[in-house]
Amino acid sequence: MTQKTGVIYQGFPSEDELSRIPGMPSEERIKKGSVACIECAQEIPCNPCEEACPYGAITVGKPITNLPKLDQDKCIGCGLCIAACPGLAIFVVNGSKEKAEVSFPFEYYPLPNKGDEMDCVDREGNMVVKGKVLRIVKPPKYDATAVITVEVPMEHLKTVRSIKRLGRSDR
Amino acid sequence: MKTTDIAVIGAGPAGLSCAVEAARAGAQVTVLDENLKPGGQLFKQIHKFFGSREHKAGIRGFRIGQQLLEETEKLGVEVLLDAAVYGIYEDRLIAYITDGKDHTIKAKKIVMATGASENALAFPGCTLPGVMGAGAAQTMINVNRVLPGQKIIMVGSGNVGLIVSYQLMQAGADVLALIEAAPKIGGYGVHAAKIRRAGVQIYTSTTIKEVLGEEKVEGVIAVNLDEKWQQVTGTEKHFNADTVCLAVGLSPLTELAWMAGCEFTFIPSLGGHVPIHDRNMETTLKGIYIAGDITGVEEASSAMEEGRLAGVACAESLEYYDENKALELKNQIWDRLDALRTGPFGEGRFTAKLKQLDARRQLA
Amino acid sequence: MRVLNHPILGDETRQFNATIIVDGKQIQAIEGEPIAAALLSAGIKKFRETQKNHKPRGIFCAIGRCTDCVMTVDGVPNVRTCITPVRDGMIISTQKGLGKWGIER
Repeated sequence: MTQKTGVIYQGFPSEDELSRIPGMPSEERIKKGSVACIECAQEIPCNPCEEACPYGAITVGKPITNLPKLDQDKCIGCGLCIAACPGLAIFVVNGSKEKAEVSFPFEYYPLPNKGDEMDCVDREGNMVVKGKVLRIVKPPKYDATAVITVEVPMEHLKTVRSIKRLGRSDR
Repeated sequence: MKTTDIAVIGAGPAGLSCAVEAARAGAQVTVLDENLKPGGQLFKQIHKFFGSREHKAGIRGFRIGQQLLEETEKLGVEVLLDAAVYGIYEDRLIAYITDGKDHTIKAKKIVMATGASENALAFPGCTLPGVMGAGAAQTMINVNRVLPGQKIIMVGSGNVGLIVSYQLMQAGADVLALIEAAPKIGGYGVHAAKIRRAGVQIYTSTTIKEVLGEEKVEGVIAVNLDEKWQQVTGTEKHFNADTVCLAVGLSPLTELAWMAGCEFTFIPSLGGHVPIHDRNMETTLKGIYIAGDITGVEEASSAMEEGRLAGVACAESLEYYDENKALELKNQIWDRLDALRTGPFGEGRFTAKLKQLDARRQLA
Repeated sequence: MRVLNHPILGDETRQFNATIIVDGKQIQAIEGEPIAAALLSAGIKKFRETQKNHKPRGIFCAIGRCTDCVMTVDGVPNVRTCITPVRDGMIISTQKGLGKWGIER
């Protein structure tokens, strides 16, 4: 039996869906530096990302079920939208250096430490590659959501979206 | 006998929002709740809410609960706890029990905001200790800070199943799998994506064949379903689980409304029989209003808006607001409610609520 | 098991200030928490046995509605443990069937 792809079947957006939503930056933009990837593929009533962006780079408008639209030229990749998204669906990627950087929200205990080599996983939680933790940001404003940045080989910029939870026995 | 302008039954998101709105208008409000703590199910919602700023989007549910409690206190709302309402009698006389003793209170207006309860699911082993409602598990981890188990099977992929799976992992448990009888995931994709990248597999077209164990859950056998929702022999999967959480929908808690004599309509997508109400949230009984999940199961954000609506409408009918002011406020609330009831997930509820309002018009 | 550290709720700050006796065994608990929570934290999942077939039952709804979690508490049968708060020194027993009044020694 072949698995049907797409968010309603697999629980995460497919490559095809990601290519069609208005929240994703172009290849060229990713190569220029940090930029948000808003992986929000369903029209749900939600717009905190729009307000969280100090640069006006995210537009939801009315109705609030519109998919968030990214203005990739206004976005500086500051990452404030990551913790603001109640769906934890926003990531920031940077393809301008030798290695790729991926920032993602993380709400598990315990947190890794800066410099740790972590098991980086894809949208299905599968181990992709080891990656170094560059930053962990968790100001009070984020209300307990940590934003972690890992460094991974460039070919994994589009696949790595989190790290394995710590302190778990392998299943 | 104790009297009040407005008696609100239920101190959850709908009831508290109603109380705040009515008290702000100047009404004397008494909230009754059977629990020892107010807040209903808001304090176990530790995720950030959806919606827009007016819906308190981006704020975690339990903080919204704290805000509501602070507002009720500031506005002088009386909150009676350990007050289990068991009957509503003629002339809006409410009977309740506190500390084992009978009490009554007479109100000019009553708002029933009694909420909903979780549905069960029948399968061999469904009564074993360790099989519980997903909301029950959520209460245990987020309010009582106790894990009901370590290795969880979640049944149902609506938002409750997805969110509670995530929160069980946040509390330190492992979710072995989420199974869903329908061929696709029911809840928001963003909630599903959170647990997927934590490595939780979501099996659609799958149900529980059997839960194993003598004294408690010691394993789960899941099985695939065909297009006709029949089990496919030979597709069984075994999970070494110690806990099964059921997130298979909720049913409105309507006993008081039945007893009071409200007229009902049957709308399956809202959870079954629901009291008929108008655009002021007033039932077919004059002076008796409803708000929140009792009117049809939605979520906390719309429950709070319905509560506000009932609060404004009660205040208006007691002449704390003139018609114009009330209309202005009610229109704002309806706009916010409509905003929550749009898009692929909201449309169905929008249509269902229209049907409920139509039932009122047909009676009139 | 207790959730002592939590990414959103922070560390547990309440004191284990109560001792309850469950089927003769002492269990550390927190005054005011539901009895059912204290039992789950101690790994106890079976709260009662049914009247006819002696089948085990535990917590199901946790909001005081389903009555699956009833136990005999301080000699009173059919107490809903999911909504009844712990008090220091409570004597709790697994309820058989409809239960009996009085503390079984």
